[in-house]
Amino acid sequence: MNWMRYRLVYLTISLVVIGVGVFSLLKWGLRLGVDFTGGSNLEYKFSQNISTEVASQEIENLGINVTSVQSTGDNSYLFKLPYISQDDEEKITGALKEKTKTDITLLRFENVGPAIGPELIKKTIYAIVISAGMILLWVAYQFKSIKFGTSAVLAMFHDSLVLIGSYALFGHIWKAEIDFLFVTAMLTILSFSVHDTIVVYDRIRETQRKVGGSLMDLANKALTQTMVRSLNNSFTIIFMLTALILLGGTTVKWFAAALFVGTVSGTYSSPFVAVPLLVTWDEIEKKVKSIKSMRKKS
Amino acid sequence: MSNAAKKLIAILLLTLVALFISLPKEIPIKINLIGTKIDKTFTRPDLNINFGKVSIHKNFDLVLGLDLAGGSHLVFEADLSGIEAERRETAISGVRNVIERRVNLFGVSEPNIQISTFEGKERINVELPGVNNTKDAINLIGRVAFLTFAEVEGEGDKQTLKLTNLTGADLKSATVVFDQTTGKPAVSLEFTSEGANKFEDLTGKNVGKPLPILLDGQLVSAPVVQEKISGGNAQITGTFTLDEAKNLAIQLNAGALPVPVKLVEQRTVGATLGSESIKASVKAGIVGLVMVLLFMILSYGKLGLVADVALIIFGILTLALYKLIPVVLTLPGIAGFLLSVGMAVDSNILIFERFKEERKRRPIYDALEVSFGRAWDSIRDANIATLVTAFILANPLDWSFLHTSGPVRGFAITLALGIGISLFTGIVVSRNLLRVFIKEKKS
Repeated sequence: MNWMRYRLVYLTISLVVIGVGVFSLLKWGLRLGVDFTGGSNLEYKFSQNISTEVASQEIENLGINVTSVQSTGDNSYLFKLPYISQDDEEKITGALKEKTKTDITLLRFENVGPAIGPELIKKTIYAIVISAGMILLWVAYQFKSIKFGTSAVLAMFHDSLVLIGSYALFGHIWKAEIDFLFVTAMLTILSFSVHDTIVVYDRIRETQRKVGGSLMDLANKALTQTMVRSLNNSFTIIFMLTALILLGGTTVKWFAAALFVGTVSGTYSSPFVAVPLLVTWDEIEKKVKSIKSMRKKS
Repeated sequence: MSNAAKKLIAILLLTLVALFISLPKEIPIKINLIGTKIDKTFTRPDLNINFGKVSIHKNFDLVLGLDLAGGSHLVFEADLSGIEAERRETAISGVRNVIERRVNLFGVSEPNIQISTFEGKERINVELPGVNNTKDAINLIGRVAFLTFAEVEGEGDKQTLKLTNLTGADLKSATVVFDQTTGKPAVSLEFTSEGANKFEDLTGKNVGKPLPILLDGQLVSAPVVQEKISGGNAQITGTFTLDEAKNLAIQLNAGALPVPVKLVEQRTVGATLGSESIKASVKAGIVGLVMVLLFMILSYGKLGLVADVALIIFGILTLALYKLIPVVLTLPGIAGFLLSVGMAVDSNILIFERFKEERKRRPIYDALEVSFGRAWDSIRDANIATLVTAFILANPLDWSFLHTSGPVRGFAITLALGIGISLFTGIVVSRNLLRVFIKEKKS
């Protein structure tokens, strides 16, 4: 099958998806979680239904701003506050208990000081640079070609952009937050993205050794040979992630969702971003060479 | 018996052992057939081997992280501004030691206390599993260490301790030295000039008596005064091992170099949320697994069945390994495990797709061998990228420029282990299953 004929279609799809993401990013930005901004998350489970307005008012009465309240399940609520002291947590729990006259259980209390966020951003950048760099080196070394390595890494960036863009959108619609688990998902996705790309590259290399031919033909053949495997493998991963998103509970829901978006994008980007880039690069290189040789002759 | 069949039997035995390890400790068995009622609890015995001098005790329980078992993760920042640059390392290990002692007072089973340095800031990470009164723990940990010297008053049973005015503030430092005559490790004390005067008086009054040293009100050492000591330098000698001497010096320094610490981050997860998370993950895992198993059978028929057997063996081996190592299981760690279940069939899919192509050209048995051989390159190359990322996320060497977080480390470790084991089950296990399976078909 001549996959490479539809390169413009693939490019359009990628541009539309990334375009929506970049638009969301510019318009709404990312919702950063307490890991990055500092602040406090207090999650309670009440023994019966309560009014979030009353509960928030009660906290505000203590002189503490309530940034937001979210329902996280049966009578469980997550209060987002600025960075508070240990005493404040006790005061809030006490006040809520008294006001609502219900049993309340503290499910989770996260309190992150203002110094942590900037450090985490730096460490995140280090982690991304190191892993992306090592993956690039590995691919370049394996395939002895900068063309292969760069196309794979560009596909990787494509996936990161898709993921970040979708989270800007998810943040706006469903209040999905960027926390360190999101970063973890992104790093994992970088490797998934390359995983599939390597499988296709491997086929190109194998056929090149045995039969030879133009890179265009080799790429078409390799895509035909690997398409079913690539889809099937993604399906099994997607099954697990869907189960986690729907049933795995609130804590890992958005982590699994980030992995989900990344898996879909990573599966798409190997045949439809990395390989077309590789083939196009090769074509341009050949054209430049033939122009040069024509000039030499004349 | 063929070679493949032998290997298969070895794999099955391994799986049985792993199954035994990975089973929960207690399994209730309730069968109610007409006439017979069985209501028993099967308890898996712990490993208890005594063989001469070697004794192995191991209880195969899963180790749960803070987010699943409930507990607090606390980060303290140490204020080292009052301490000279060259003494800071000593000071920070003193803080760590003091915190460890205080946490032990709380009866926490396995507290994890680590120092991390990033851009000149010294942090102490404290993990307290299952502590309910976190506030008390934080207050206790946050207090500055207080060292005092005491005198022993009275005789016999009526001995009491009387605190003196010689405190950690009068102590400049404590270092481990080697006694010049005996060559044994000892701890040398250096006092400030004011401290030297107080110490001279104190030793003068107490020759031949012990001079207990208390840190946070707890006895750390009670050396007996040999003579009146002037000049502000003293040595505590005794039958110390080197480690004991070092430990004593650290404790004395903790009092001599008081470091205020401040709580900068706290993450507490209640036990309720943890057990709910476990239930939710198990449910998600079972649903996901069934979907993957069905998918493989629908896509590849009998071959899919072989992949499913390999996948179940994968699950059993992985769980057993978590218990053996042991891996601290966190919520993202479970997600990593489930993700690796989805990925584990990848090598089988790769091989089976290859097999479909090769079968057109070769007899079935050769096609199988060729597919396994050729697919290996792709599988190896592709998985290395994921292992690289897992390494950076797990940060096993504790590089300070990378983030270390328990849950994320849990994810990276389970993902990496999953990839490793899936290479074994996806290739070795399913290959031998197929070899036996196909050969029997031939004959």
